[in-house]
Amino acid sequence: MRLLTHNMLSSNIKGVTNGFPLLIEVEKVVEKQVDFNEDFLRNMFPKIEWKALVEASRTMGYTELPENAESSMLDSDEFLGKFHHALVELHLEEGALVCPETGRKFPVNKGIPNMLLHEDEV
Amino acid sequence: MKLKQLEGLLGSLDQFENPKIELEQYPTGPHIASRLLYTAENSFRDVENKVVADFGCGCGTLGLAAALLGADHVIGLDIDTESLEIASSNADDLDLDMDFVHCDIKNLKWRDRIVDTVVMNPPFGTRRKGADMDFLLVALKVASNAVYSLHKTTTRDHVKRTALRDYNAVSAEVLCELRFDVPQLYKFHKKKEVDVAVDLWRFVPQKYGEKHL
Repeated sequence: MRLLTHNMLSSNIKGVTNGFPLLIEVEKVVEKQVDFNEDFLRNMFPKIEWKALVEASRTMGYTELPENAESSMLDSDEFLGKFHHALVELHLEEGALVCPETGRKFPVNKGIPNMLLHEDEV
Repeated sequence: MKLKQLEGLLGSLDQFENPKIELEQYPTGPHIASRLLYTAENSFRDVENKVVADFGCGCGTLGLAAALLGADHVIGLDIDTESLEIASSNADDLDLDMDFVHCDIKNLKWRDRIVDTVVMNPPFGTRRKGADMDFLLVALKVASNAVYSLHKTTTRDHVKRTALRDYNAVSAEVLCELRFDVPQLYKFHKKKEVDVAVDLWRFVPQKYGEKHL
């Protein structure tokens, strides 16, 4: 699961008001190289919740992203490279996503998070 | 990529081994899948460089077609573990990157409108009434630009009315009518193969920020 997907997911448990971002528990990270696409990165930048991406990438072992970012940084190839790497090249293969409000764990196996809710959570 | 080439690649994918009738698991044939994505890209530019979600992805056919046509990020969602395993393996076979989320569409909670396009071949609602409309409701909340979906031609008026009146779709157009080959998958199927008339729809959601919450 890429961090781009993580940046979209929110805890869907009934009654939870602050379900985003999900915390990450890492057991296995895999890096997969992907072709760089500057237009795509520029399009995605305003839609990404930056702090969540920084936090998530650090949890996964990548510490290169700046704490804060603004669109002017997209003119720097170095920044684009780091953004690209964090967004689409880091995969959480095994571990869990954790609801920030309830602590409930959604397991991640073979890169697939299981977000199915139990009966009492719906 | 040419349509025939796309169709060929999709035809090589593995499909459901033990389809579950209560989930209405039917493979989306390469003929329909290739045309759905080809139209989405060539007529509307809704695929290349976009974020695409495949709702009820099953074995991943539509999502993988999107990836083959240049979508930059594809996510497949399904409630069934076995399907997701097959979809994962299909993605590996084609050397494509596709994220998968194991979830119930009805309980989806996604932030904002990162997804540009939703593609789906939802359950038709023959086992659980209204299943197809449940999918459409969520798709219209998640997609920024467009939703492509297949629904039985017999439900055309109902789908259009519901999408426009109840789901806040800005437009709901039938792009074309197709024949969906339903192979003899389940014990209650009497014939070797049956054609079901389906409409390929394109819905445009209300723009984020203008929604009535």
